[in-house]
Amino acid sequence: MEDKQVSGEVVSSGISVRAAEIAVAVFLLILGGLVMYDSVRLGFRWVGDGPEAGYFPFYIAVFICVSSLGVLGQVFFGKGRGVHKVFVEWEQLKLVLSVLIPAAVFVFGIQMVGIYVASVAYIAFFMVWLGKYTWIKSVVLGIAVSVATFMMFEIWFKVPLFKGAFNPLSIFGY
Amino acid sequence: MEEINALFHGFSVALTPFNLMLMVIGVVLGVLIGVLPGLGGANGIAILLPLTFTMPPTSAVIMLSCIYWGALFGGAITSILFNIPGEPWSVATTFDGYPMAQQGKAGEALTTAFTSSFIGAFFAVVMITFLAPLVAKFALKFGPPEFFSVFFLTFCSFIGMGKEPPFKIVAAMMLGFALAAVGIDTVTGQLRLIFGWHELMRGFDFLIAVIGLFGIGEILLSMEEGLSFQGRTAKINMRIVIETWKKLPKYWLTSLRSCIIGCWMGITPGGATPASFMSYGVAKRMSPDGAKFGTGMPEGIVAPETAAHAAGTAALLPMLSLGIPGSPTAAVLLGGLLIWGLQPGPLLFVEQKDFVWGLIASMYLGNIVGLIIVLTCVPLFAAILRIPFSIVAPVIIVICAIGAFTVNNAMLDIWFMLLFGVMGYAFKKLSYPLAPLVLALVLGDQAEDAFRQSMLISQGDVRVFFSNGLVGSIMGLGLLMLVWPLIGKLKAALRNSAA
Repeated sequence: MEDKQVSGEVVSSGISVRAAEIAVAVFLLILGGLVMYDSVRLGFRWVGDGPEAGYFPFYIAVFICVSSLGVLGQVFFGKGRGVHKVFVEWEQLKLVLSVLIPAAVFVFGIQMVGIYVASVAYIAFFMVWLGKYTWIKSVVLGIAVSVATFMMFEIWFKVPLFKGAFNPLSIFGY
Repeated sequence: MEEINALFHGFSVALTPFNLMLMVIGVVLGVLIGVLPGLGGANGIAILLPLTFTMPPTSAVIMLSCIYWGALFGGAITSILFNIPGEPWSVATTFDGYPMAQQGKAGEALTTAFTSSFIGAFFAVVMITFLAPLVAKFALKFGPPEFFSVFFLTFCSFIGMGKEPPFKIVAAMMLGFALAAVGIDTVTGQLRLIFGWHELMRGFDFLIAVIGLFGIGEILLSMEEGLSFQGRTAKINMRIVIETWKKLPKYWLTSLRSCIIGCWMGITPGGATPASFMSYGVAKRMSPDGAKFGTGMPEGIVAPETAAHAAGTAALLPMLSLGIPGSPTAAVLLGGLLIWGLQPGPLLFVEQKDFVWGLIASMYLGNIVGLIIVLTCVPLFAAILRIPFSIVAPVIIVICAIGAFTVNNAMLDIWFMLLFGVMGYAFKKLSYPLAPLVLALVLGDQAEDAFRQSMLISQGDVRVFFSNGLVGSIMGLGLLMLVWPLIGKLKAALRNSAA
């Protein structure tokens, strides 16, 4: 959620530290609120023989909320609040997203076709797109890595890995 | 002398050809993990943990702990050669190590780093040999209130000693606790914080968090820099090694001090990273050449490296004798012990003599094996770094995904890993500390159980935590740690008003 790209005009050269601080603190605040809500459902009082199930989560949530409010307070009222520092420059963010988005697609790929097949595609794509390697080199290396992990996990150590909703390896009997 | 006998018995357990082979494999894998950006000791071991399930526990822990030694050694290599700390605890090594490498003294710097690491680890192992059974005997007196007090001290020491803004330390730690609370409540059996999402019932495994926060988070961070490795060739031969060794004895005082700082920080779970920084800072203040630190002083490598290794090794002492990990990596090893059916804690020393002493003996051997390997293989590891990031990065992400999946055989965990990765990236950039988060996630349930068990014993009376000298003094120490930063500030304020 911190990597939300603000559309429109680029005024600064990136997301400011201030914006990122606020985003993370608000995220924590919401999380704290959720935890608190469920703790109240579970019971958060101190009964005869000690705390109920929700007792600790409740106060953990209180601490999360208080400390995130503290962070927010420092952002708005603390020293150096006027200083404009850049959390991440747009160029850097582009690079980060160029890893993150394919990684998310990769995880989705795992869900569909399993770790081995998705890995080949992911490594090959990454090498071609960011490394400017030739397709052949990239695919060969991707297959090599996948085969190596396959040998290690499925054959050597007998640890089956996820093969996806549409298991393409089923044609080989796995 | 009981310990010496037990230790020799341990050597007989550890010194089989199979175990020696595992040691070598472990150290090599560990150095590899330490060198690669994005793979750390904790998540490296987490990823490789499932591979050891089929081995006997003693062999498995020997291999895993050797991976750990290897990672400790490996972290220094990238710090010195490329100014990229492969591990958080080797950040302080870059301060003087990289300038030395730039002056063409890379071989010297690496030898200094490796030798210091070895000395620090060795000091800590000797301490473990003679202190662990004592701590274990002492720990048999531990009931739920005492355990809670130790957890309390751990958490407090993190709040007190962290460099990060206090609000952020608390927020990170509490987030860890909240994540730990997800799932079935062990005391009442109620489902907590799952919001009707039944896949969350097993809770968040800390391994997923570690792989995401450290592994994926680190890759995202490195990506930001565009990561252009500037490979510097490191020539290391026997002549340089021996010449450096001749110079090292004059730093004996720094070395000893760093060993003590490291051991202390390892046992009280400060961990290797704060130990290395603290040791560097102290050395800078105490050394006659203090002003020249940062320009390539060997002493500036000796201090952090010795302390980091002493702490990394000493962290295993509370793990074995109390069942409390002194570092994230020790926490992962602890998870391993539980999976192999071994309950860490005082009884381990009584019931599993072979295992415990085999492990301690392997620490001696593993460190010697490690030193030899790193001294001979530096050029090889430097070559790995010349592999472009566009190949290394996707391979690391694939490995992380495999690691995350194998923990619970759950697809959902891979998604969580990615989420934790984004969180790790943002948290690191905003200096929310990750270590307290992981520690709270690992220890949260146990701390809560200990607290609630104490409450059941005392029928809801919190004074049980001050009911005897032992628990009272640990709690007191914890409270002291908690207010320590305030005391420091108060002192400074008084001094200012006096002046």
